[in-house]
Amino acid sequence: MVEIIHGPEADRRPVPATHRDAYFEMLRRRRMYGGILLVIFVALMASGWMLADHRNAGSFRGGLHRVFDFPSEVLSEAWEKRANLPGLFLDHVPALIETLNIAAVATLLGALAAMGLSLLATRGLARWPRAIPVFRRSMDALRAIPEIVIALVLIFILGGGPVPAVIAIALHTGGALGKLFSEVAENADLKPVEGLASVGANWSQRMWLGVIPQVAPNWLSYALLRFEINVRASAILGFVGEGGIGHDLKIAMQWGQGRYDEVVAIFLLLFLAIVAIDRVSDHYRHRLVTGH
Amino acid sequence: MTDAPLSGPALAQTVTRAFDRRRRIAFAIPAAILAYLIYAAISFDIAGLMARARFDNAAILLSDFWSHKTHVTRDNRSGKLTIAIEGEAKGTYPEGRLPAWVSTSGDTTTIDLGQGHIVTYDANGARYVVPGYGTIDIREEGGRPVLTAPEPIPDWISVAENRIGVTTPAGRVTYTRSKVETFRYEPGWELWFFTLDSPLHGRSWAELAALAVSGERLDPARSNLALIASEFWTNRMWRHGDVVWAIFETILMAFLGTITAALVALPLSFLAARNFMPLGPLRFAARRLFDFIRGVDGLIWTIILSRAFGPGPMTGAIAMAITDTGSFGKMFSEALENIDEKQVEGVRSTGANAVQRARFGVMPQIMPVLLAQVLYYLESNTRSATVIGAIVGGGIGLLLTQAIITQKDWEEVAYYMVLIVLMVMLMDTLSGWLRRKLIKGE
Repeated sequence: MVEIIHGPEADRRPVPATHRDAYFEMLRRRRMYGGILLVIFVALMASGWMLADHRNAGSFRGGLHRVFDFPSEVLSEAWEKRANLPGLFLDHVPALIETLNIAAVATLLGALAAMGLSLLATRGLARWPRAIPVFRRSMDALRAIPEIVIALVLIFILGGGPVPAVIAIALHTGGALGKLFSEVAENADLKPVEGLASVGANWSQRMWLGVIPQVAPNWLSYALLRFEINVRASAILGFVGEGGIGHDLKIAMQWGQGRYDEVVAIFLLLFLAIVAIDRVSDHYRHRLVTGH
Repeated sequence: MTDAPLSGPALAQTVTRAFDRRRRIAFAIPAAILAYLIYAAISFDIAGLMARARFDNAAILLSDFWSHKTHVTRDNRSGKLTIAIEGEAKGTYPEGRLPAWVSTSGDTTTIDLGQGHIVTYDANGARYVVPGYGTIDIREEGGRPVLTAPEPIPDWISVAENRIGVTTPAGRVTYTRSKVETFRYEPGWELWFFTLDSPLHGRSWAELAALAVSGERLDPARSNLALIASEFWTNRMWRHGDVVWAIFETILMAFLGTITAALVALPLSFLAARNFMPLGPLRFAARRLFDFIRGVDGLIWTIILSRAFGPGPMTGAIAMAITDTGSFGKMFSEALENIDEKQVEGVRSTGANAVQRARFGVMPQIMPVLLAQVLYYLESNTRSATVIGAIVGGGIGLLLTQAIITQKDWEEVAYYMVLIVLMVMLMDTLSGWLRRKLIKGE
């Protein structure tokens, strides 16, 4: 009680100088930790790149000056044959349309599957609340399998063509969109759902009339973003597997010299398509989310 | 008369019209989607596809996923017997060693397929006893196999000019002039731990544990534990060592690509943000650069780079780094444009220069957004690294495509698929944990 009445003893009173020391001590320690972390990070990155370089067929130093060899070789040949380009563009438009169709159908089917899966996996909306973990885990599994695995296995069963790619991308899209859709649906207002329930609507009516109108703008925006991603995926799958402009590109590349004008035409077509789709979808996504 | 439109029939009309429009839209959108899908089905030639589809391949694939077969082959000319798992050289039983279900005496070989199914090879030909049906006898007459079996011949026995095949749930026997071959199916992945040439093959867990702890050295040069580890690691059938390396390479590609892209994009994104780059043309140039990089797409970067650097994980990492620099640049500059200027003002008032303002006024604000995006990309790049690995030839993607191209090592395909899914889920969990730790500070 003594110190409360008389105040702390003189030597236990906080002295400004020790305060400052303590602060600088803390600052020093933080800087040291930061520094150690930075050193570890730099070491990790450096050793990672060195290891990757070591395991690569060609080394970074050896290849650096050749980075532009291939593009310049391709471009110079294409420039010589530039008169061919318009015709080649037209030749490959059907393949481009096929690639876009693969992406569009896969997005559509994937989004439809995601709609069902996400509503079934959302707390408060699920038809069978006990089964929520089942639907969540199945969406995780769908997301985790890379498209190429499914596509290559399906090519073995179904033969070539665009359908294996569609199924592969659609499955992955279902998982990826399902997670995003479910996050949106979690924030939906439950009052309309309760209102519909009170007039005797069944589960699908409650979802269709009570939830979907609320979440539609955000869902559409995510689906458009996914379409952008799927166009790229479908081009890559074409290159590895079969179908679409990626396959044309692979064939032209395998031919090598003499067909570089075709390579350039396909590159340009793919580039323009991707940029155009990005632009359009960016515009509409902005409008959907902000509402004007 | 402001209330005129609300009176009686006019209101009813407006409401009815609005409902009609709604109803039309409600039917038009599904109809449009359906029409598009029908168009797509025609342009993808679904009908032709169904005709071409090989559902027998699907059956092979599914049974290979979880089981394996052992070939017991006798060369009918030399009489030499070969027993090989999956018919592969690296799965062949050494001379004089037989699995428990095969026995030989002189010229006669007896194969027990289980459930009473017995196949016998002898000097005259082969016999197959199928319980509930009878004995199928195949012998060679005049250079051609001749079948004797209870009539009528069921459809699981196929008879052709030079070839007789019998397929039952227990196994399959094929007889041609040159050889007779029996497949025995067993569940599980064969030789997963140790191959046949390993001294450890066929030992039980308890035996292995006893060997590892005590027991005399099988290989005088090293301890039993080291031997077990190395025999497993260098398993020629499954190549566990190579597979682990490949997984590591794939994660390395994703890690290096993502982090490098973020480090390169961060300074560049200041050039593309309106509030940090007052010079219009430079800002425009930076933004178009990002757009260009993103538009060219990972596929094309990968192709160009693998020409320069050859196949391998570094090529994939660089390709990923370039592609993501475009995406990160765009997202980071958007985050920069949305910061609160007041903190920057505060730091400026203490006399901080541009770099210090960026470090203490800007970075703390955008760090959470930035980290969240980098972690999200790390996660999705782990998946992409599998695909890029298949193109550039590195990591698990390469092993997977190689296994698929053989069109028979489906058990390896299944193994790699499981590993890839586990790898992706692991990275998902890791990045989720890091996100909580770093951003929410839990």
